[in-house]
Amino acid sequence: MAHLNSENLERATRLIALYPKDRSALIPLCHLAQSQDGFLTEEAIQDIAELVGVTPAEVYGTATFYDMLHTEPVGKYVFAMCTNIACLLNGAFELLEHAQHRLGVHVGQTTKDGMFTIEEAECLAACDTAPCIQVNHRFFGPLAAESFDALVGDLESGRLDDVVPPHGVLSRVERSVGLVADTENEVAR
Amino acid sequence: MTELDMSTQETPVTVSVTIDGNVVQARPGELIIEVAERAGVFIPRFCYHPRMEPVGVCRMCLVEVSGPRGFSLQPSCYLHVAEGQEVITNSPKARKAQEGVLEFLLVNHPLDCPVCDKGGECPLQDQTMAHGPGETRFIEQKRHWPKPIDIGPLVSLDRERCIQCARCTRFASEVAGEALIDFAFRSSEIEVAPFALEPFSSYFAGNTVQICPVGALTAPPYRFKSRPWDLEQAESTCEGCAVGCRTVAQSSAGALVRYLGVDVDGVNQSWLCDKGRYGFEAVHASNRLSLPLLNRGEELEESTWHDALLAVSDSVQEALREYGPSSIAFIGGARLTNEDAFAFAKLAKAVIGTDSVDAQLGDGLPAELVLGLPRATINEAVKAKVVIVLNQDLREELPVLFLRLRRSVVEKSTAVIDCSSVTTSLSKYATSVRYVPGDLARVVALISGESNVDALGLDQDQIELAKMRLSAAGLGDGGEGLVIVCGRGDLGESASIVASAAATLHRLFPKARFLSALRRANVHGALDMGLAPGMLPGRVTFEERSDALVRAWGPMPAERGSDAIGTLEAAAQGKIKVLFTLGADVLSDVPDRDLAKRALAKVPTVIAIATHHDSTTSAATVVLPVAGEGERSGTVTNIEGRVAPTTQKIVPPGVSWPAWMVAAEIARKIGSDLGFESLFEISEEIAALAPAYHGVNLGLANSDARREGVVVPVGPVAIDIRSRPLDPIATPGISSVEEQGAPIRLGKTARATLAGDAGLESSGGLQRLVRALGAAPLVVAPRADSYTYRLSIRRTLYDQGTLVQSSSSLAPLRAPFALRVHPQELARLGVKDGEELMIRTSRLAIRVNVIADADLARQVVVLGARAEEAGTFGAFDLIDAQELVVDVRLESI
Amino acid sequence: MITNAAPIVTRRMGYEDSHKLSRYLETGGYDGFKKALTMSREDVADQVNRASLLGRGGAGFPAGRKWSMLRSATTSYLVINGDESEPATFKDHLLVERDPHQIIEGALICAYAIGASQIFIFCRGEFALGLERLQQACNEAYEIGAIGKSIFGSSFSIDLVIHPGAGAYICGEETALLESLEGKRGFPRIKPPFFPAVQGLYGAPTVVNNIETMSNLPWIVLNGGDAFAALGEGSSTGTRLFALSGRVNRPGWYELEMSKTTFRDLIFDPTLGAGVKEGRALKAFIPGGVSAPWFGPGELDLGLDQDAVGKAGSMLGSGSVVVMDESTCVVRAAWRITRFFSRESCGQCTPCREGGGWLEQILRRIEEGKGRETDLDLLMDVCDNLAPGLTWPPQQTTICVLGPSIPSSIASSIRMFRDEYHAHIREGRCPMGSR
Ligand SMILES: Cc1cc2nc3c(=O)[nH]c(=O)nc-3n(C[C@H](O)[C@H](O)[C@H](O)COP(=O)(O)O)c2cc1C
Ligand code: SF4
Ligand code: FES
Repeated sequence: MAHLNSENLERATRLIALYPKDRSALIPLCHLAQSQDGFLTEEAIQDIAELVGVTPAEVYGTATFYDMLHTEPVGKYVFAMCTNIACLLNGAFELLEHAQHRLGVHVGQTTKDGMFTIEEAECLAACDTAPCIQVNHRFFGPLAAESFDALVGDLESGRLDDVVPPHGVLSRVERSVGLVADTENEVAR
Repeated sequence: MTELDMSTQETPVTVSVTIDGNVVQARPGELIIEVAERAGVFIPRFCYHPRMEPVGVCRMCLVEVSGPRGFSLQPSCYLHVAEGQEVITNSPKARKAQEGVLEFLLVNHPLDCPVCDKGGECPLQDQTMAHGPGETRFIEQKRHWPKPIDIGPLVSLDRERCIQCARCTRFASEVAGEALIDFAFRSSEIEVAPFALEPFSSYFAGNTVQICPVGALTAPPYRFKSRPWDLEQAESTCEGCAVGCRTVAQSSAGALVRYLGVDVDGVNQSWLCDKGRYGFEAVHASNRLSLPLLNRGEELEESTWHDALLAVSDSVQEALREYGPSSIAFIGGARLTNEDAFAFAKLAKAVIGTDSVDAQLGDGLPAELVLGLPRATINEAVKAKVVIVLNQDLREELPVLFLRLRRSVVEKSTAVIDCSSVTTSLSKYATSVRYVPGDLARVVALISGESNVDALGLDQDQIELAKMRLSAAGLGDGGEGLVIVCGRGDLGESASIVASAAATLHRLFPKARFLSALRRANVHGALDMGLAPGMLPGRVTFEERSDALVRAWGPMPAERGSDAIGTLEAAAQGKIKVLFTLGADVLSDVPDRDLAKRALAKVPTVIAIATHHDSTTSAATVVLPVAGEGERSGTVTNIEGRVAPTTQKIVPPGVSWPAWMVAAEIARKIGSDLGFESLFEISEEIAALAPAYHGVNLGLANSDARREGVVVPVGPVAIDIRSRPLDPIATPGISSVEEQGAPIRLGKTARATLAGDAGLESSGGLQRLVRALGAAPLVVAPRADSYTYRLSIRRTLYDQGTLVQSSSSLAPLRAPFALRVHPQELARLGVKDGEELMIRTSRLAIRVNVIADADLARQVVVLGARAEEAGTFGAFDLIDAQELVVDVRLESI
Repeated sequence: MITNAAPIVTRRMGYEDSHKLSRYLETGGYDGFKKALTMSREDVADQVNRASLLGRGGAGFPAGRKWSMLRSATTSYLVINGDESEPATFKDHLLVERDPHQIIEGALICAYAIGASQIFIFCRGEFALGLERLQQACNEAYEIGAIGKSIFGSSFSIDLVIHPGAGAYICGEETALLESLEGKRGFPRIKPPFFPAVQGLYGAPTVVNNIETMSNLPWIVLNGGDAFAALGEGSSTGTRLFALSGRVNRPGWYELEMSKTTFRDLIFDPTLGAGVKEGRALKAFIPGGVSAPWFGPGELDLGLDQDAVGKAGSMLGSGSVVVMDESTCVVRAAWRITRFFSRESCGQCTPCREGGGWLEQILRRIEEGKGRETDLDLLMDVCDNLAPGLTWPPQQTTICVLGPSIPSSIASSIRMFRDEYHAHIREGRCPMGSR
């Protein structure tokens, strides 16, 4: 065991402690592993299985159910490009076309330099900024060809480094306390 | 259905529901699909399995069900019946829903039925023929997957055929308790998958193949072997181990090709382990015997029955003349049928007059203990308040008993106390007491609250915990509700210690029941038939022999004979002139190989009655080939004392005979007569002369009750042993499948009298013997010095045994032969994980590879029971049958 | 008509720093919760009952009634549904990023009223910024003693955990959400049991409520349930946060008094949607998320009212309105929505798993000009196998209602635009030039 580094192992134990049952921490732990490696490695899957007390097959099976958890390597920046109804009506497919052109990869592929991966996304809940996309789950929109190219440029140049962390990093705000209430608020019903 | 609902107790029939217009009575909690089935209405289904929790995902079983808001489409496999409920299975709406689901299932299902193993016995195919849309309305691209992949050593998966019913994944997690496969991905990409670094290698994997409703999961051993319409089949009983799972043996063109599990509520509930499922391959192995062999001086040569039997009778008669009956002995018989065993018991004790007969090979327990302790059934064990397991890893020894027990621990409140020298497959569900081999008797005495027992060197906390578990379990007086499972899970700990432990528990908990965990297929039947010193057929001692038996068998052996070890010792001293081995490879199966070798070297005439070539047959003077599993009919008796028929499906190779005929012929050749001409006559004699088997003959065993078997001795208590409906998807075309629609027969007297539960008090003589054992001082092995390690010798399911090694599918899976040692001890010895070291006893030293195992107590080392290669040195070479334990030194090389 | 009812859940949106604790406290933050703590649990629940607050997650179930169904047990949980993934819905996203404390305060009030043992806020994983702000707010709430042991000196103690989702629409369905929260695949649970209030998280009684539903509670407790009920009409009380998108000039969120306002107001009023883009004519609109059947110009004057919309054969659902104009290809729109459902099906039920994909392929074929005359009947019949009778509300052949939601767009668009479908088939191409 221990593909996860020591800080992350500590984080893992703290996360597990937040839930009445260990397995509930499975998904948060997958996010944690992705923040370390950029994607969910087989070694991490084995760690997580051991940590929450299930089989690696169950962790793999659970993780692959979710779009945000990648069991294959992805680029440093993952473009999640919404083409669902509101964005569709505002030129999302045209934007997707352009993006594939600009980066020279198809949906699901990663640029050779390992910088960018394009994914077609379902509605990102930012329809007022259609067509909108996410880069590592940070929002950008409405976008057109030019503004997309500019965005790519900013990412390449590192100008957006503090807005867009590398893929896998989700919330940069950590929980400050564990469980403290230790109570069961019983009420007669 | 949960285990809970499997109860054999009769529940009041209270709810009445209307199904397609007919009012039907049902038990509360029953599922609509079951009740309908009983009422003769078969609702199509895929994901539902009678032995697993319903999930209602395939939606094939949709029917209209009345509710507060009128009728609605509901999955009949998930909804429980309710009083006054109205169910319509054949309305246009219900039909459209069902046909809709069927069409959806076909949308992405390939049309490769002609090349699919399942073709011809596929419910999807059948449904489509019956109700499917004439021509497809689906003209789009079907989902495409790369070709079939091997997800485990004995399972391959064709994802294109999978209909996502979740039967296999549920089996793995719910029944086997090892989720080595799970669904991965989502929506129409969903697939069954193992983890890339951990293949689906489970002793129970074959069950997923059996319950897969389509051809998605297939078993390499069966693939392309036959087509369903070419299969002949017969219900039988598995002879892989002593659990006695119900099977159906299927053959094609005269060869066995497939075994399927059949649902017996009391035993395997439709499951099998892979050893039982694929072990039949041994029947067709190249090392099968087909002709009698005779050694006229130089070496074994092919012979004829006439010459071989002549040689046998000559040597027997000479021995009788020159040295008397006690110079003749029999070892083995645990792989014979009851009728075969009875015939040999009669040959030995009534005709030849020797009592030196033993179906066990020094790897079992004293017969009087096994037969004398109050017996438990498997159902009693899984419903017990507490189960104490005495140094057994049940998954390795009796796999399906492990399945049943594990599930009851998980789903019900059965508490397990696992007394063992190593971590076992039940440990994680149990309260464990770890100890060093030799201390078992002390451990059980202490957890049972015996004072004045020396607790030195034992883990106090664990003992206290187990003690609390036991006292908190709310056992009835005399330990009612306690079941003890005992056998020889650790051949490094002598039988006398286990016997002492068991008998002590019996003394302290006279009402507790015992489940014997002796593993060889029909060892319990053989003992019942009298293949043990001092015993006669029907679980009675010599002293208790009935006049009827005396009349039928004539005079009995003058002196008490000796067991296998005793016989071999006598042989080693030249006192045995003729030794019969009954399907027993004495040279590799006796846990004291040195003794076995010395003994056989000294015996002038070894007569091996066997099915396969093995180290003993090659050392024999005469080898007589007999029919094996699937080649002869008869009955076998399992760990519970459940008598069930084993059925001939194919003809034995060459001129092999059923074993009982060999016994009869030998008797005749030495001028006597066993007095029976046919199998049925033997079974009549058993039913008449063997008290515990009173009234239980072949006819009965093959009667209406056949699927449940008959637990002997047949008790007075009449209970309902209704058979659960089989899963028609997993066991297509089996006679009992057609019975599904038939109403459950409640407490039908014929069945009821047969259904008496086990544990009718054993014979007085046996009880006295067991009490004596229990009253004797605890047998405890003295502690060893700190440089000495104590050897625990354990079997794994796939070992070097003849059965496994002759089954091409299983042979490659056998566990590596290596010594498990605590890493710190390895460090102390300066040996690295995976390296070799020298293991030394007073007798000899052998080289073995080591595996570090931090789970072990530091002074305990563990070795597999079997040598790496038959014939090479192995654990049995390290055992001295005279010792209580095996103490060894370890040396680096 | 647009009433000038004061906003409730968006009342802080004017401030840049609406998500900050300082701003929250300045604007009456946690007063509602403090007040609740001085009231009995029953009184708090009673206020919510009087408000007859309808769930804002899509099903529109009365919150008060849901709480009252809670099975009594020593352990029970409150789970806040912030998975917002219904296409065209972005109200919870707004609330998470712009007023996280309000959600937490609402949750605390609810937890107090139902006597929960622990609160979980299940937030859609893609909301990275939202997760950061929620976690920040959660940490702050612990610091000021709003969460934790003997809160604000009262005898009430509770913990709150922010739980990130991982990207699966179906986890918005409450039982799938609970499975996901238990660390499993997001498979909706088969019913019965019908309500998490009976058997929820870890089998314990559990209340699952939407983020917007929670956000209303501080105001309700402060101003009283009656004040809330005074807004709106009939069963649709209070204000509601509507998400407007598609071919409109001013897409965005608008908090409006329920019932009083009509779809026409929402889409055309200069202070709201300000009309269809490029002055085009409105062709159709979706009244409540893509699970809802479409409406045409004929329904523009319906009020934003749960019952009215229901009677008219659709639903207000998640309160998201999508506008399509005359240039929109309805086949393409229906296809994209169907592909969404087929991708997001959890895959358990045969009809949903296989039917979704099948319907999507047929629609794509038609859109690409490869349709056949028989396809429309085929589409309708396959839809019928997912939602027998194609009634509203739909019947189902599946475990959850995602399955029967698939036909909504298809059946309604075919009913409204049969000719356009036929044109695709006849001309062998998209007459709209695929927009
Ligand atoms: C397919 C599907 C998706 C759903 N998605 C959401 C969602 O994203 N957010 C939500 O609050 N409720 C969603 N719901 C409704 C929830 O199941 C549940 O009714 C709601 O969270 C209850 O909260 P409320 O009573 O406050 O509305 C969804 C339901 C279904 C069937
Ligand atoms: S209807 Fe679809 S989403 Fe809902 S449970 Fe069934 S398969 Fe899953
Ligand atoms: S849903 Fe009932 S059998 Fe599958």
